[in-house]
Amino acid sequence: MDSRSFASLRMTRIKLIRFTAGEIYLEKFKLTGVDLWYNEFKALHSINMSIGANEITAFIGPSGCGKSTLLKTLNRMNDLVEGCKITGEILLDGRNIYGNIDVNLLRKRVGMVFQKPNPFPMSIYDNIAYGPRTHGIKSRLKLDEIVENSLQGAAIWGETKDRLWRSALSLSGGQQQRLCIARALSVSPDVLLMDEPTSALDPISTSKIEDLVTELKQKYTVVIVTHNMQQATRVSDKTAFFLLGEMVEYGETDRIFSMPKDKRCEDYITGRFG
Amino acid sequence: MKSKILLVITWLSAAVTFSLLIFLIGYILARGIPYLKPSLFALEYTTENVSLLPALITTVMTVALSLLIAVPVGVFSAIYLVEYAKRGSKIVKWVRATAETLSGIPSIIYGLFGWMFFVSFLGWGLSLLAGSCTLSIMILPLIMRTTEESLKSVPDIYREGSFGLGAGRLRTVFRIVLPAAAPGILAGVILAIGRIVGETAALIFTAGTVAQVPGLLGSGRTLAIHMYALSSEGLYTGQAYATAVVLLAVVIGINTLSAKAAKKIAKK
Amino acid sequence: MKRDYNEKIMRVVFMVSALAAILAVGLICVFLFAGGVPAMFKIGIFKFLFGTDWSPGNTPPSFEILPMIVGSVYVTAGAMLFGVPVGIFTAVFLTYVCPKKLYKILKPAVDLLAGVPSVVYGFFGMVIIVPFVRNTFGGDGNSILTASLLLGMMILPTIIGITESALRAVPSELYEGAVALGADRERAVFGVMLPAAKSGVMAAIVLGIGRAIGETMAIKMVAGNQTLLRMPGEFLKGVRTLTANVVIEMGYAEGLHREALIATGVVLFVFILLINLLFSVINRKNAQ
Repeated sequence: MDSRSFASLRMTRIKLIRFTAGEIYLEKFKLTGVDLWYNEFKALHSINMSIGANEITAFIGPSGCGKSTLLKTLNRMNDLVEGCKITGEILLDGRNIYGNIDVNLLRKRVGMVFQKPNPFPMSIYDNIAYGPRTHGIKSRLKLDEIVENSLQGAAIWGETKDRLWRSALSLSGGQQQRLCIARALSVSPDVLLMDEPTSALDPISTSKIEDLVTELKQKYTVVIVTHNMQQATRVSDKTAFFLLGEMVEYGETDRIFSMPKDKRCEDYITGRFG
Repeated sequence: MKSKILLVITWLSAAVTFSLLIFLIGYILARGIPYLKPSLFALEYTTENVSLLPALITTVMTVALSLLIAVPVGVFSAIYLVEYAKRGSKIVKWVRATAETLSGIPSIIYGLFGWMFFVSFLGWGLSLLAGSCTLSIMILPLIMRTTEESLKSVPDIYREGSFGLGAGRLRTVFRIVLPAAAPGILAGVILAIGRIVGETAALIFTAGTVAQVPGLLGSGRTLAIHMYALSSEGLYTGQAYATAVVLLAVVIGINTLSAKAAKKIAKK
Repeated sequence: MKRDYNEKIMRVVFMVSALAAILAVGLICVFLFAGGVPAMFKIGIFKFLFGTDWSPGNTPPSFEILPMIVGSVYVTAGAMLFGVPVGIFTAVFLTYVCPKKLYKILKPAVDLLAGVPSVVYGFFGMVIIVPFVRNTFGGDGNSILTASLLLGMMILPTIIGITESALRAVPSELYEGAVALGADRERAVFGVMLPAAKSGVMAAIVLGIGRAIGETMAIKMVAGNQTLLRMPGEFLKGVRTLTANVVIEMGYAEGLHREALIATGVVLFVFILLINLLFSVINRKNAQ
């Protein structure tokens, strides 16, 4: 399936849910009563939220509040954790992702960028081609095209086009992270999950990634976990604040940071704890 | 005063250890190299010319066959332990315990077992196949352990990256984890080759001592057995030295290779 | 789906491979015990283990292995007597005394010592140690002493390797603390570090015992192999170990004789299992 027909398929699945003040609001994820346990420990308490398409949603909160855990439920990376149990419902474009679906195809649609850049120990080209090859693309021409498009999409084509066959580990940390974003784009996902993607990077690389994230919004739905509140204000449209496994407050980023309704949220934003 | 004595003993012990090694190697090289004549590498073994070439070829065949059995089983087994099994599961405990037991069993017991099971019970006779099967059990724990360690040393973020792209476990293991673990596995395989090359007690009653290049169900002697036979016959001491030189050369080569492979892991 | 199918099949393949080790130990136990234990009963367990007459050629033949059990114990003990102190001190040398440049040469040398095939050791014993013992101490040279020396040399790399890593695992703060209290290097190493690495050193010794008691070819080539019960004072006389007994007679044994040899293997196997058990107990203690 090429990317264009995939996009059209995607459009038909999107559900229009409501109209507010003349703007169309498209819902990508809908979470209803999501509870999550790690063995006996309850890490998420009854999360209800909906995540808009082509928006950037930021999850903030102190460490251990469950924001990364929630992020990982969105492409079922938590399946890999032993003793993890989830109840409730998570709909992606109206379909329950914990129902009878192919997890690998889910992860193809919902890509992920990790805290620490994790390029595979192979060439830059092979890093990007790994995803498409996984999903059955063998033609060299097609792969070349995907590699170029993905690297351009992650704004790293210029730096890498002359060294595609060098090891990805020869890149700097910031370049590695953009390579990982390109790798996530290579399987033409709808959604990008980013788990503190800049926490291991220097300020310059961080700002490059932030610019990139803002651009990605055109084509992708982005959910980003960050411990850096400036980052949340800079890049995100919506912000959700988590504390001890509960979603305390969720709304427009501008509103959350200017007039939080919840006292705990205000304390956190103003730096009184965390 | 007391510390002076301890220091002297320490130096003395190290001197004993390493001068023994130097003496062993130097003596064998000095006595053996003059006997390394082209005739020792003749295709045929005869009582006039105790050529070591058939034994050398048999050794290569034994190594290849043993690895052919032990490497897939050992690597797959380690993959199961590290990538598939639940932590703390009963199977894992049993596999670890038995592998540890296997690695402590002396080679003469393997020889006895191989002779009872492969040679007599399965009726393969003294043969290359029986010998190689016996050795493959002997090196299995070594392959398992080194593979397990190398798989564990592959960082989890690689696996997450692959799963995150929608790759299944199988593809993740074969395309991402195994290549990253390859140098460590290779170091283990090389060590295993060393053990096979040096083995005698496990082979003498399983592969036998015939000095010809065998078929799969024929009997043949490896270099180590060849050397044992020469030295216990007492007629060909010079040729025994020469064989020892070849054995030592192989061992030194193997140690160098394995150290190189190990260094490659350390660099990562 | 095809992909799912492959996943499932390979999962089973991996699991079956993992069971191979269990299967192997199971088979070895079954065949060894089934092959040897009946003979023990036929001969009489007590007689087999504690009798001193091994004469398979007599009529009626006699199969009693105490001389071999004792032989294995002598040779192993002798090897320890020589190998353990030299090995431990060499490990100390490598860890604390030796200059870095020298270490780069000596470490591979220890690995090489571990890689030398036992038949080469045995040959070296035959042409060097046997004449040396004969000329220095008398006797014919094929003796308990010779076997002990050779075996001690063979277990050196085991002792050195494990002791060294145990020493390196001791936190260096301990060393610094001792030196800060005014101890010199030797006192810090022998008074603080070595005792701290005690259980690792124990593991090294146990593993060394395991290697020594299981060694076959090299011992057979230098120990003389007489099936006589020796007294501890007779270390210049020859002796036969359990392992040598199997390897010497297995080639032509038949009937009860053959079973008695397998039973010899069973005794050896039980020794090894006990040593393994001891080793894993020590290791578990280490892990705590």
